[in-house]
Amino acid sequence: MFKKLALTVAAAVLGAGASFAADFEPVLLYDIGGKFDKSFNEAAYVGAEQFSKETGGSFKDFEPSSETQYEQALKRFARRKADLIVAVGVGYSVAVRNVASQYPDVKFTVIDAIIDLPNVQSITFKENEGSFLVGMIAAMKTESNTVGFIGGMDIPLIRRFEQGYQEGINYIRDDVKLIENYVGTTPSAWNDPIKASEMARGQFARGADIIFSAAGPSGLGVIQAAKDTGKLAIGVDSNQNHVAPGFVLSSMLKRVDLAVHAAMTEAKDGTWAPGHRVMGLAEGGVDYAVDEHNKDLITDEMKAKLEEARAKIVSGEIVVGDVAGSNSGH
Amino acid sequence: MEFLTDIALLLDSTIRTATPLVLAGLAGLVAERSGIVDIGLEGKMLAAAFAAAAAAAVTGNPWAGMLAGVLASMFLALIHGYVSIAQRGNQIVSGMAINIAVAGLAPTLANFWFHQGGQTPLLGDDARFSAIVLPFAQSAESVPIVGTIYAEILSGHNFITYLTVAVIPLVAWMLYRTSFGLRLRAVGENPEAVDTAGISVTKLRYQAVLIGGMLCGLSGVVLSTGMGAGFIRDMSAGKGYLALAAMIFGRWKPVPTLLACLLFGFVDALQGRLQGEDLPLVGEIPVQFTIMLPYVLTVLILAIFAGRMDAPKASGIPYEKDH
Repeated sequence: MFKKLALTVAAAVLGAGASFAADFEPVLLYDIGGKFDKSFNEAAYVGAEQFSKETGGSFKDFEPSSETQYEQALKRFARRKADLIVAVGVGYSVAVRNVASQYPDVKFTVIDAIIDLPNVQSITFKENEGSFLVGMIAAMKTESNTVGFIGGMDIPLIRRFEQGYQEGINYIRDDVKLIENYVGTTPSAWNDPIKASEMARGQFARGADIIFSAAGPSGLGVIQAAKDTGKLAIGVDSNQNHVAPGFVLSSMLKRVDLAVHAAMTEAKDGTWAPGHRVMGLAEGGVDYAVDEHNKDLITDEMKAKLEEARAKIVSGEIVVGDVAGSNSGH
Repeated sequence: MEFLTDIALLLDSTIRTATPLVLAGLAGLVAERSGIVDIGLEGKMLAAAFAAAAAAAVTGNPWAGMLAGVLASMFLALIHGYVSIAQRGNQIVSGMAINIAVAGLAPTLANFWFHQGGQTPLLGDDARFSAIVLPFAQSAESVPIVGTIYAEILSGHNFITYLTVAVIPLVAWMLYRTSFGLRLRAVGENPEAVDTAGISVTKLRYQAVLIGGMLCGLSGVVLSTGMGAGFIRDMSAGKGYLALAAMIFGRWKPVPTLLACLLFGFVDALQGRLQGEDLPLVGEIPVQFTIMLPYVLTVLILAIFAGRMDAPKASGIPYEKDH
């Protein structure tokens, strides 16, 4: 009994000692959408989980309840000399710029924004390329020749999804009508599934049979509306095919998980470098999702066309248009 | 023809969007007619939405969700009542405290219970109030106009929307045709007189606050288990305040409040429809402007009608028996 206790104490002391000496503990800051939004933030969480599973280390994370907490949170972790602070979301651009210039010896990785500072690594995605592919899927699948797009907050970043989507549709055929809606113009637009679902119902009733939503948690309302009306939705960021199997045509994957994982791993290995990194189709940063939930909806013929287009985009034969200022923050 | 379809769509959407507003508006109305200002509608709605989604997720039964939602809202109403009636506290402060507390508490509890970062699990079709297709709706669809109205606009809403249709006349009847309603209105105008007549002001106000809590609870229930399928933080998105504005615009009367809610619902549906449309003469209106519409309208309406407000005279004033 006594021996056992002594062992436990010894183990605890050893454990504490080890973690004190070597443990690398990165910090992950989510945006307003929250950790388990089944979308953007959840992808970041998955990447960090993957990192901690591989390395056996841990990470800290923080969910702000409003945008005003961004800077406070960054400062708090920077003051404690966190090993690496990963902030996900374009909303962090101003806050990271301010805090990173105040704490030049702390490493920051920001996703979806570009900040030109010697201690900041910026990772952005070519969402337009991934959206191009799901636009193709929508155009190949639609029977009513009308498809929809629902964006969350109306910012250039989300316009970029729409741009790629539109071009992907036109790549397949020219006679498909696109109906677009934006949930709002403030960050609360990410958390309004009721409004998003109302907009989706409106689009479905106006003839659309497939809607691509780039709206964070609000997008769940779009998927729900698709399920309620027997139409199709296209998910975003994370693989959302499982949310309503049979009613989610595919998901535009934005591999935030890869970006977060890479940043954390590099920082641990010492290969982390500041600067700007773009993750497009070629880098595996964006993709469309096929899994057991939607394999019946995507035919081999469609896949062949998608792979052909992917090769053309990677080789540069197709250049998907971009939206000016979509990574400059707001 | 396309014009008619559009109108039908807008009206259909209006009914759905207005449902939580009407319920919360009536809740505020009942409370305020008794002299208790209820700015905590938003918080109670959110609490009910959360409780309903959580209970429905655990039990798989929307009725359990409804019960939990209504009870949660009534519990908060009771707290508000205790502060404003028994403690004679500031009713605005108490209401805002409820709003702020719930905004933080609901996602925290959701995270604690479900570990999905402040959301509840998505509800399956059995665990929520899905659309009810009214009898003969399918066959009526072919009848011009009347059939369209019946099948497109009136049919296919969830149970709580139909319940709301019944609740409106019920609340109006209660307020204007029962002795309880007479006393309730009197206590909001002149509590001293009611007290002199030997009727308990305290009891009447508690009853009013609880009825308000029940109605407001239903508005939250419809959000998470009718229109949506689960709780997401801040999902009430200002509807409680909008309902309060509708109630003021409706001058604390049930039918005008209903009309105000329908108007807000309609403008909201309209703004979604106008986005990205090429309009004659003006061209495409930027999203920022269409999204402003409901709010601009609210400000305009309140500014225009503000002079003719006839709020219950004792509204917001704690009643002190001995002075």
